[in-house]
Amino acid sequence: MTVDGQVGRWPVSAIPAAYMRPGNSSFTEFLTAAEPHLLPGHGAAGLPSGGPLAVPHGTTIVAVACQQGVVIAGDRRATMGNIIAQRDIEKVFVTDTHSAVGIAGTAGLAVELVRLFRLELEHYEKIEGIRLSLDGKANRLATMIRGNLGMAMQGLAVVPLFAGIESEPVPDPVFETAQRSPRRGRIFSYDVAGGKYEEHDYYAVGSGSTFARSALKKRYDGSSDVPTAVRTAVEALYDAADDDSATGGPDLTRRIFPVVVAITVEGAVRWSDDEVGVVAEAVVAGRMVNPGG
Amino acid sequence: MPIYASPEQFMRDRSEYARKGIARGRSVVVTLFEGGVLFVAENHSPALHKVSEIYDRIGFAAAGRYNEFENLRTAGIRLADVRGFSYDRKDVTGRWLANAYAQTIGSIFSEHQKPFEVEICVAEVGPPGTVPTANDSGPGVRDQLYRISYDGSIVEERKFVVMGGATEPVITALNATFQVGWDLPTALRAAVSALGSTGENAPRELLPTQLEVAVLDRSAPGRTFRRVQGTPLATLLAPAAPAPAAPDAPQDGPEEG
Repeated sequence: MTVDGQVGRWPVSAIPAAYMRPGNSSFTEFLTAAEPHLLPGHGAAGLPSGGPLAVPHGTTIVAVACQQGVVIAGDRRATMGNIIAQRDIEKVFVTDTHSAVGIAGTAGLAVELVRLFRLELEHYEKIEGIRLSLDGKANRLATMIRGNLGMAMQGLAVVPLFAGIESEPVPDPVFETAQRSPRRGRIFSYDVAGGKYEEHDYYAVGSGSTFARSALKKRYDGSSDVPTAVRTAVEALYDAADDDSATGGPDLTRRIFPVVVAITVEGAVRWSDDEVGVVAEAVVAGRMVNPGG
Repeated sequence: MPIYASPEQFMRDRSEYARKGIARGRSVVVTLFEGGVLFVAENHSPALHKVSEIYDRIGFAAAGRYNEFENLRTAGIRLADVRGFSYDRKDVTGRWLANAYAQTIGSIFSEHQKPFEVEICVAEVGPPGTVPTANDSGPGVRDQLYRISYDGSIVEERKFVVMGGATEPVITALNATFQVGWDLPTALRAAVSALGSTGENAPRELLPTQLEVAVLDRSAPGRTFRRVQGTPLATLLAPAAPAPAAPDAPQDGPEEG
């Protein structure tokens, strides 16, 4: 059958004992106990420390809160020293129905970490039958970043930016009224040691974040709607690309535009390339007249 | 010095023990319908589920002892998530999971002190766009129902699976009503009335609060498992109206899904 002819300890025909052991609902903790070789960063212990590795790095991520929720966007460039490693890398991911994460730092590790984080949220939901709270999700991400500290010390740091909105609470007649308080978009930033900080209004991480944050400081308007917040985010990424060589601007010739995810109470939606293209073209057209924005 | 018991007697005793345990519970029906797979369980608890999501296109239903099938359910979710993480989401299949369950339950049946008093069903819904037919074309492209018994025996069903409680009247009722490619309201009502054909004071009328209903929605691209509860369930269970709900009776305020 499907499992015949495959040898070794994985995959298996019968369920291994560790899978049947009662435990908590965290997928990462289960992996650590049962299948540690699958964890991102496994095998890092043997790496020589100190010397920077020539691996692709992702760069700038911005998040902007707005009236209906929060928008998170990232440029598409990955660099390896002075080389552009990839023009169309994706660094912003929808992680569940009401949250998204953008990652700056070592691209390979970051992508794996996001895959694990997504699964962490889904796994909890399947085992428990309910979703984690937004704070719960943010804390889980902090724990996972902390778990990567060893790699970060060796130059393979991953710095995420997490944005989301509280997902609809399970309808419960007792708590119904209490839970119906207005929900707002929230932004969390992290340091390489797993420190979690809630940000207000807007934030940016990555190599171009200084420029992006300066741009957001001038442009941010808390009363804006989602399309305006998307425009603000793309403008900020343009400013980051303007001054930071590792951040990519909108590529009109190849039609490569930032990845934009808008999160409202209806859910996290990734904007299509065409929709972002319209915004990016408007931003570039504006800069034709006024290069400083 | 151990007392001798013939292997036949040994297995018979265990089977009888497991069967008795399973028969004490309430029944569960899993059936194929036009839009995917339908799970209907008689379950008076809204919190202790008998039906669950395992993976994108795989669902799980169980009858018998709760702590034992909950253990299997958790193990299945872990197994599927680990496989999807180490390979790819596409590589998690219902047949593979059903095999793993069968191996596990089988070895527990013959090796442990006490067999598991459970019967489980692993259901997998085909990719979007596939049409259910009586004649299939191999695994991977169609809906699949695997039923795994307390002794690890595994059977693939083509129409429906009935587990737990007194199954005979339920199976008879469903055999009489089952049609290939029936729609959701028809399938749901048939399953509910079949479940009501057993138990005390049968035939009984089961209320929405006594039911746990879920579907694997074939048309959904990613995770297909949806619970059907509250108002949508009551609407589906209401006797077939002659015409779709007329828009002439607006309720105060919009309805919340």
